[in-house]
Amino acid sequence: MRILLDNFTKKFDDVMVINNMNLEVRDGEMMALLGPSGCGKSTTLFSICEIYQCNGGRILFGDRDVSNVTSQHRNVGVVFQNYALYPHMSIFDNIAFPLMVKKMPAEQIKKEVHKIAELVHIGDLLERKPSQLSGGQQQRVALSRALVRKPDVLLLDEPLANLDAKLRLEMRSEIRRIQQETGITAVLVTHDQVEAMSMCDRIALMDHGKILQVTTPNDMYHNPQTDFVAGFLGNPPIAFLDGVITNGQIQLKDSAIQLPLPSRVPVQPDGKIVRLGVRPEYFGNQAGIELQGQVSFVETQGRENLYDIRLGNGAVLRSIQPVRADAGLGDSVSWPLDTEQILIFDDQGQRVA
Amino acid sequence: MSDKNSSNFKSWPVTLILGLFSVPLLVMYLYLFIDTFTNTAPGSLIPNELTFEHWRFLWETEPGTVSIWQVTLNTLIFASVMTLVILSVSLTAGYALSRLNMPFRRFFLAGVLTLHAFPTVTLVIALFIVLQFLGLYNTLIGVIFIKAALMLPFGIWVMKGFYDTVPWEIEMAGVQDGASRFMVWRLLVLPQIKPGLIALGVFSFLEGWSEYLMPQIFAPEADVQVLSVYLASLIADDQKFDFNLFKSIGLFYVLPVIVLYLVFQNKLMNIYGGGSKG
Repeated sequence: MRILLDNFTKKFDDVMVINNMNLEVRDGEMMALLGPSGCGKSTTLFSICEIYQCNGGRILFGDRDVSNVTSQHRNVGVVFQNYALYPHMSIFDNIAFPLMVKKMPAEQIKKEVHKIAELVHIGDLLERKPSQLSGGQQQRVALSRALVRKPDVLLLDEPLANLDAKLRLEMRSEIRRIQQETGITAVLVTHDQVEAMSMCDRIALMDHGKILQVTTPNDMYHNPQTDFVAGFLGNPPIAFLDGVITNGQIQLKDSAIQLPLPSRVPVQPDGKIVRLGVRPEYFGNQAGIELQGQVSFVETQGRENLYDIRLGNGAVLRSIQPVRADAGLGDSVSWPLDTEQILIFDDQGQRVA
Repeated sequence: MSDKNSSNFKSWPVTLILGLFSVPLLVMYLYLFIDTFTNTAPGSLIPNELTFEHWRFLWETEPGTVSIWQVTLNTLIFASVMTLVILSVSLTAGYALSRLNMPFRRFFLAGVLTLHAFPTVTLVIALFIVLQFLGLYNTLIGVIFIKAALMLPFGIWVMKGFYDTVPWEIEMAGVQDGASRFMVWRLLVLPQIKPGLIALGVFSFLEGWSEYLMPQIFAPEADVQVLSVYLASLIADDQKFDFNLFKSIGLFYVLPVIVLYLVFQNKLMNIYGGGSKG
């Protein structure tokens, strides 16, 4: 079911956390609320399920205004970061709890619980207690409990934060699979861009209580609207260079290097201050303008190496490329920069092109 | 908890020292027990005669006194009703103070803590006047109210501590699952603070069972006497001074405490463990 936040506002006492936010999560879509900690993403999530009451604006499920509907009647499934399983109940009772509250007949509860347990692959754990389960299994239980009463929307609050790296990878695809099989509308809160990009249809990137950009992971990666978005997405992160438009070209700050504007960029006035965003994959790989620099840092990532190259003016560019023997720490290198792929922002951080 | 000693720590010296310090206590308990079944010649430590006459209070009541069973019943009513009052009020008040965003929460918290440390004796005269005025002087109800009220700050504080250890996400999850706040409390929160509930219950009962001052002041008359007051009136009587009878009733009085303590000693530790799950 579609979720619409319409001028949603949330204050804690006198502290404005979210001011007039507008966001639409389409029916059947998985949307990520991505942002650094303290940006208001969890506040938004908890307002959707009425753990926090909104102080202004409306929240709509489908066409129904639920702003003043209590949690119990919103029909929202929530998976908490620490799973919040009921420790004194068996897994079966945990999953059955929402149905029991609804006073569903015991026979039917049994059927529904087994059905969801099969879907989530925990069919053989139903007799156990939560403390006897591993983190990944507890996560699955939390997911089945949230899904068992067929909620209109599913909310996930940092569901992978408490798992180890390998399980995180596994649960990432599992949650996505279950979301797609059930076709439920889901909102995922995370500070991990990899989770957001790999699991969700669209990402809403937030900072300081504001949504900066809402789009597909792919589009957000390649077409960030601000330098903050560009910096937040991508691992290893994007590198920024300062420059000035001179004679229709980009003159790097404190250096003689001139780079041509990408061909898609309209003519820029001379003297305009710009920030260039260079993703590591576009430096040192393709053909382009050769830049001289010194290797200041090498990080081994297995298949690839990450190199930091310090240019003549002190700015640092990152390059990710297959392991090569000719570039060690301190070596001077001359690598090509694919200028067509440079992202250009103005001095306010807004994207120029 | 494991009983195993770490390798750089031997337990026997500690056991020995603790044992030595405990010997006087143990000897006292031993003589308390021996003396109730024997007679000893004056000046001797070794009993010379086995007898049950010191336990005769169990089956016969001396004229002018109340039956021991009436007094025991009084004590039982006093301790258990008081426990009930403390449990029910602490359970709800503790939850409110721990969880609900109610007005004057800080004021109540500070008040509870202050009252907890308040010296009871200073209230005696005021309480006496209030009881007299309400017509509850020399009744069990009156003294139950007083003792329960005086113990409530402790009970509320302990229960609040236990509620604080229940993660709020569990309650929020319950609410999201469609349960009302009351259902969440009863089905999801209460089972998790059960150790605290049991500990506080046993503690209150023992406290009530051993209470002397309040019943002595506010319910001294024979038909509402509790065991502690009865025992005190026994030695207050200068005419017939029977040490062994006193000891027998004392043993009779302390037996339930020892039994309760042995059964619940692990649960009682919960109160001092700050409410971690035992």
